[in-house]
Amino acid sequence: MKRVDKIENKRIFKSTTTALSDVRQFVEENAVSFGFEEKEVSEITLAVDEACTNVIKHAYKGDPNFEFEVRIIAGGIEFQVVVRDWGASFKPEEVPVPNIKGKIGRHKAGGLGIFLMRKLMDTVEYQGKEAVNEVRLVRYLKNEPKS
Amino acid sequence: MNEFKVLTRDSGNAVVMELHGFLDAHTAPDLEKTFAELIGKGKYNIVVNFDALNYISSAGLGVFMAYIDEVRSNHGDIKLANMQQKVFNVFDLLGFPFLYEIYKDQEEALKKFNSQ
Repeated sequence: MKRVDKIENKRIFKSTTTALSDVRQFVEENAVSFGFEEKEVSEITLAVDEACTNVIKHAYKGDPNFEFEVRIIAGGIEFQVVVRDWGASFKPEEVPVPNIKGKIGRHKAGGLGIFLMRKLMDTVEYQGKEAVNEVRLVRYLKNEPKS
Repeated sequence: MNEFKVLTRDSGNAVVMELHGFLDAHTAPDLEKTFAELIGKGKYNIVVNFDALNYISSAGLGVFMAYIDEVRSNHGDIKLANMQQKVFNVFDLLGFPFLYEIYKDQEEALKKFNSQ
């Protein structure tokens, strides 16, 4: 399959967990065509799933009547995914690094998603502008892309 | 849509829980329900077979964390087995191998329970 060296794609999803499999498929297709290896594709897809799960559960508090946007912009060695919502704002600095042992037995796994995103991506940045929240996830191609 | 299915069956003094498909924030409540039902019936020796599980996100990992304490305090355990490498990698990133017994094969996990 011929590699795509420049990507600019955007999709809008409903704020429901049923959308997560479509989000994953969208990200996976783009990451594969940009030239990532299978393991990297899985990692990027998981990180974006975590970002979107946070939007659905926290920004929109599980209300399915809203929408969020996933935009993929890639070029050079940079693959960037921007997840944008118009829900409740989020302060990632208030989410502590999870202590798995301490969380055991509690019916909440909060903080695990953000922890995973940071482990799996090269850059994770949150930005709140007026009524818009954005999380920008970046992963770089390790190997020089082959066209 | 990516599907998820849980099947359970008794094996000696333990229960084998087989996971199929994709475990994310949408499907994690199904797994939670299965754990709640087993625990409600007093079944605390649980082996989870991940062989047919293709995907897990933190919502799925959270379910294992939610029940382990209750299960262990009733002298049982949740032992994990037959994970595909990509699923193991996610457990590993979060340090689960230090807190859960993870086996290559479900029979090894069952032997542990049956020798008790």
